Amino acid sequence: MPINKVVADAEAACNDIRDGMTLMVGGFGLCGIPENSIAQLVKMQVKNLTCISNNAGVDDFGLGLLLLNKQVKKMISSYVGENEEFERQMLSGELEVELIPQGTLASRCMAAGYGMPAIFTPAGVGTEVALGKEVRDFNGRNYLMEMAFDSDFAIVKAWKGDTKGNLIFKATARNLNPLMAMAGKITIAEVEELVEPGELEPDQIHLPGIYVHRIFKGKNYEKRIEQRTVRARV
Amino acid sequence: MALDKIGIAKRIAQEVQDGMYVNLGIGIPTLVANYLPKGIEVELQSENGLLGMGPFPLEGDEDADLINAGKQTITTLPGSVFFDSAMSFGMIRAQKVDLTILGAMEVSEEGDIANWKVPGKMVKGMGGAMDLVASAKHIIVAMQHCDKAGNSKLLAKCSLPLTGVRCVTKVVSDLGVFDVKNGAFHLVERAPGVSVEEIVSKTAGVLIIPDHVPEMVI
Repeated sequence: MPINKVVADAEAACNDIRDGMTLMVGGFGLCGIPENSIAQLVKMQVKNLTCISNNAGVDDFGLGLLLLNKQVKKMISSYVGENEEFERQMLSGELEVELIPQGTLASRCMAAGYGMPAIFTPAGVGTEVALGKEVRDFNGRNYLMEMAFDSDFAIVKAWKGDTKGNLIFKATARNLNPLMAMAGKITIAEVEELVEPGELEPDQIHLPGIYVHRIFKGKNYEKRIEQRTVRARV
Repeated sequence: MALDKIGIAKRIAQEVQDGMYVNLGIGIPTLVANYLPKGIEVELQSENGLLGMGPFPLEGDEDADLINAGKQTITTLPGSVFFDSAMSFGMIRAQKVDLTILGAMEVSEEGDIANWKVPGKMVKGMGGAMDLVASAKHIIVAMQHCDKAGNSKLLAKCSLPLTGVRCVTKVVSDLGVFDVKNGAFHLVERAPGVSVEEIVSKTAGVLIIPDHVPEMVI
């Protein structure tokens, strides 16, 4: 039987996500976020989620929607400055937050996807990020030992994908998506264009389909821009 | 007179050399790109996954999939390349990025930097800052010399949660240029019209002053 990982939509892809699970969610700010899947999680009202994502969206879009609905128990992120509700929930203690260096977050996803239990990084040595972690000296420099993530699902957004799950990303919408795709126990990929095997050149594929379990063609992408900065036309 | 943000950016731009790979943090550092010396070419690295960051797009050409680390819409240049976040921070940690320019809330005479958290008030997160300061070959900090209450931000020891330890080697503030080495701030240049006395009075950390302190030329 040919390998075909296609599911109909976000509802079909997310149907076995349950309360209390750990989810990796791709994207940097609102760039490259799996919009359809996030909307589906809101609709499903799954609760007590632990979300691993670089940011928390904005107050009314992206993961911010899950926060507004109090569906998230814990966030593991590197920067949450765009989301006032997030900052409020964090400062008040309603939301458990682990802020980690962006490179560490990316590398802990990568480690999981590469079958490595841990990585060593200089980021955070001598800061509160180092609390409780093993510090090791290599060639006279200190490094923190950071563990590979363990995540039930990874939900990623790509530009194009084929029915075998091979993915191509666009511009800076790539960011953490390929790493999370490799790391998830079950990886859900939503794409803008879904094509037949053979239409994506093997040399051009960014993420091999072996890592992807479910793929669907998304719809109605808003692709919001957080900071619209331009030069005037003369 | 103390420099404004553009003045600080202009002075820092003088430190950028031809052919460098440079990471610019959000705030004043991003302005540095507008004032690079004529005739030099640098590659700007955006830590969210782009080498060869171009200027803001023309009105109407914005692409939601093409943003910088500050989440602003940008463009690419001939020779630009995209990559994922692990590669991005990999090239940072492996010291392929020559120069990092970022802001700070506090810097200590030992070269410690604090720029990501004010406990109980502002906890936006460190983003890529800890990776950058732990790895960069050369770090230049752009900052205000004092806070709004007039307290020095060039300190003996940082009071705020640290971003990195013993990593800053150069500070450009609104008052002057300082090398940070051997446990002290070394005054290199003063901002035009700013006196050495003013700088001394506003620097809480150890400050070494040479016999002659030239004015910045910007």
